[in-house]
Amino acid sequence: MAETAIKSRSTQEVIVLRPSRGWASLNLKDLWVFRELIYFLTWRDIKVRYKQTVLGAAWAILQPLLNMLVLTVIFGNLAKMSTGGIPRPIFTFAALLPWGLFSKALTDAGRSMLTNRSMITKIYFPRLIIPLSSVLGGIVDFLIQLVILLLMMVYYKVMPTAAVWTLPLFLLLAIVTALGFGLWLSALNVLYRDVNYILPFLTQIWLLVTPVAYSASEIPQRWQMIYALNPMVGVVEGFRWALLGTQAIPWNVLTISTVISLILLVSGAFYFRRMERTFADMI
Amino acid sequence: MTDIAIRVENLGKEYRIGTQIDSYPTLRDTIMDAVKWPVRMLRHGYASTVETIWALKDVSFEVHQGEVLGVIGRNGAGKSTLLKILSRVTEPSEGYAEIHGRVGSLLEVGTGFHPELTGRENIFLNGAILGMKRAEIERKFDEIVDFSGVEKFIDTPVKRYSSGMYLRLAFAVAAHMEPEILVVDEVLAVGDAEFQRKCLGKMSDVAQEGRTVLFVSHNMSAIQRLTRETIVLEKGKMILRAPSPQAVDYYLSSGFAQTGERIWQADELPVDSSPFRPIALRVLNLQGKVVDTVRSIEPTTIEFEYEINSNVPDLRVGIYLLNTHGEHIFTSFDTDDPSKYERYGVRSPGRYVSRCTLPADFLNEGRYILGVNASVFRVRRFFQDEHALAFAVDSTGAPGMQWLETRLGLMRPRLVWAIQELSS
Repeated sequence: MAETAIKSRSTQEVIVLRPSRGWASLNLKDLWVFRELIYFLTWRDIKVRYKQTVLGAAWAILQPLLNMLVLTVIFGNLAKMSTGGIPRPIFTFAALLPWGLFSKALTDAGRSMLTNRSMITKIYFPRLIIPLSSVLGGIVDFLIQLVILLLMMVYYKVMPTAAVWTLPLFLLLAIVTALGFGLWLSALNVLYRDVNYILPFLTQIWLLVTPVAYSASEIPQRWQMIYALNPMVGVVEGFRWALLGTQAIPWNVLTISTVISLILLVSGAFYFRRMERTFADMI
Repeated sequence: MTDIAIRVENLGKEYRIGTQIDSYPTLRDTIMDAVKWPVRMLRHGYASTVETIWALKDVSFEVHQGEVLGVIGRNGAGKSTLLKILSRVTEPSEGYAEIHGRVGSLLEVGTGFHPELTGRENIFLNGAILGMKRAEIERKFDEIVDFSGVEKFIDTPVKRYSSGMYLRLAFAVAAHMEPEILVVDEVLAVGDAEFQRKCLGKMSDVAQEGRTVLFVSHNMSAIQRLTRETIVLEKGKMILRAPSPQAVDYYLSSGFAQTGERIWQADELPVDSSPFRPIALRVLNLQGKVVDTVRSIEPTTIEFEYEINSNVPDLRVGIYLLNTHGEHIFTSFDTDDPSKYERYGVRSPGRYVSRCTLPADFLNEGRYILGVNASVFRVRRFFQDEHALAFAVDSTGAPGMQWLETRLGLMRPRLVWAIQELSS
């Protein structure tokens, strides 16, 4: 007995609390220790999302389908933009999949600190978990929608290309972008509630500068590099390319998108960590 | 035995005031602020625009492993801030603290409970939030359910639970986390007597297992029962560390201004007291004057003035009377009388005074403590200050004064004696 007591004692970690200044390390070790909390919070978000709705999880399918309908009518029948020979509904839906994941993750992550304020002011855990799990919560919706897309492809007799294996990479890119930006927004939202008001506009404008309703090839060649600064361009075009075999995205566009989204993620994480120490007092 | 569990050195926490959490900045506020901000910056510079207060300052102490240390102090003395720092919710602004081992806090039970999830799901979620591993929760699951006494409803969403059930389940999870250091803040003030007994039992179990406990409470008898040593905080500073009976005595007897009146300042109010706002508590003599010493042979009036900002149904406002050991002598509410309860079923917004009279020949000479409470039974406690005001009782003229002795006991009733001579 005594021996085990001593043993457990010697393995005990010592936590030192003192005021910190400047940039903090990401403390990924702590994140790993609390990995189960990431799982449980993600699971909670998924579980309660469609509670007390009449249609329940059907909303996961209905939302992008309605979006698809609107965008197809406006951009196909009115604006008559080219899809490169792909049936317009699939053309749009394939883009709405990663876009839906991204915009929802951005909105949820941006608000996540406020919706979980009671936890933040009462208990310690790595705060990064909150925006992280709200981003991950969208993946289930995404997977359901992916099944619908595959069914639509069967209906329209569109075969996935051989490059379909790259899909998870583009999904990852979407998640990284959303998380990176979500980290910035969630930390800013603690201090400035303005973020709540900016979010809807932000996602609307971002939708317009992302080739969801139209093809990236509509953008003049000389603007392509600037256009690629929006990491969602790489993601959306990548999805179409991998699934529907549209024109391949140029490597430089993809590289710029990836680099930008990684910069967003790393800077977002450090900014979040820097602001983290004030969260409990400011929120 | 000399192993240190917690070492705190010159710990301090500075809060910016004006950035209170009780209201969201609105769009208008933010725009106005954004407009005014550059002007303010030009005029005063950044630093001077921020007012700060030290919620905690220069606090140093050590807690050895297995020790149970009490922390007492009035509202706003810095107790909660201290616990928040030690449980890593917030960072200190200065100083240093060292913690050996896992800290479990019972600062607020039920943190992260989601009303839509079932009891079972919330046990896992809440356990994970408290830092328990999934396997650990699974192992203790039956024990937790058993302790909570909500077996029948374990697969019902907790939004259908009564507040008592909710609380019991939440506490059950928290009580099973087995940390090396347990930090407890006032959980015992909620729930019914049976539940409180359970909580205290669990706490002394934890202490007896040789784990370290930091126990913050307004319940002086619980402090004396469960702790050997206690620190007293006052306005953010630690003013005493002593064996618990001494610390309690000090806190209850010298921690008060002797004016017969207690007025609550805005910064002494907890953020969640709204819509109830205490204004003043007064002790009045027969002539209606505010006094710090009353005569035992005269009736004494106690009045509690407060404000309500919105309709509050079933509100009860009352007082506690305690002796200087912190033991309750009685508790009484203004709507105890069923007819009053009917009449003041809903109190509308406004300023009120609840007044009661202690009869003459009631209390013995000595010092007494008055506490106040405003709550809705089993629903919500708006405000509570168990040690709001101290006053003295002078027994000049009381029965038995012909003998210059100290009468034992808390009461000094004028009893009617009959003396009968049975034989002569």
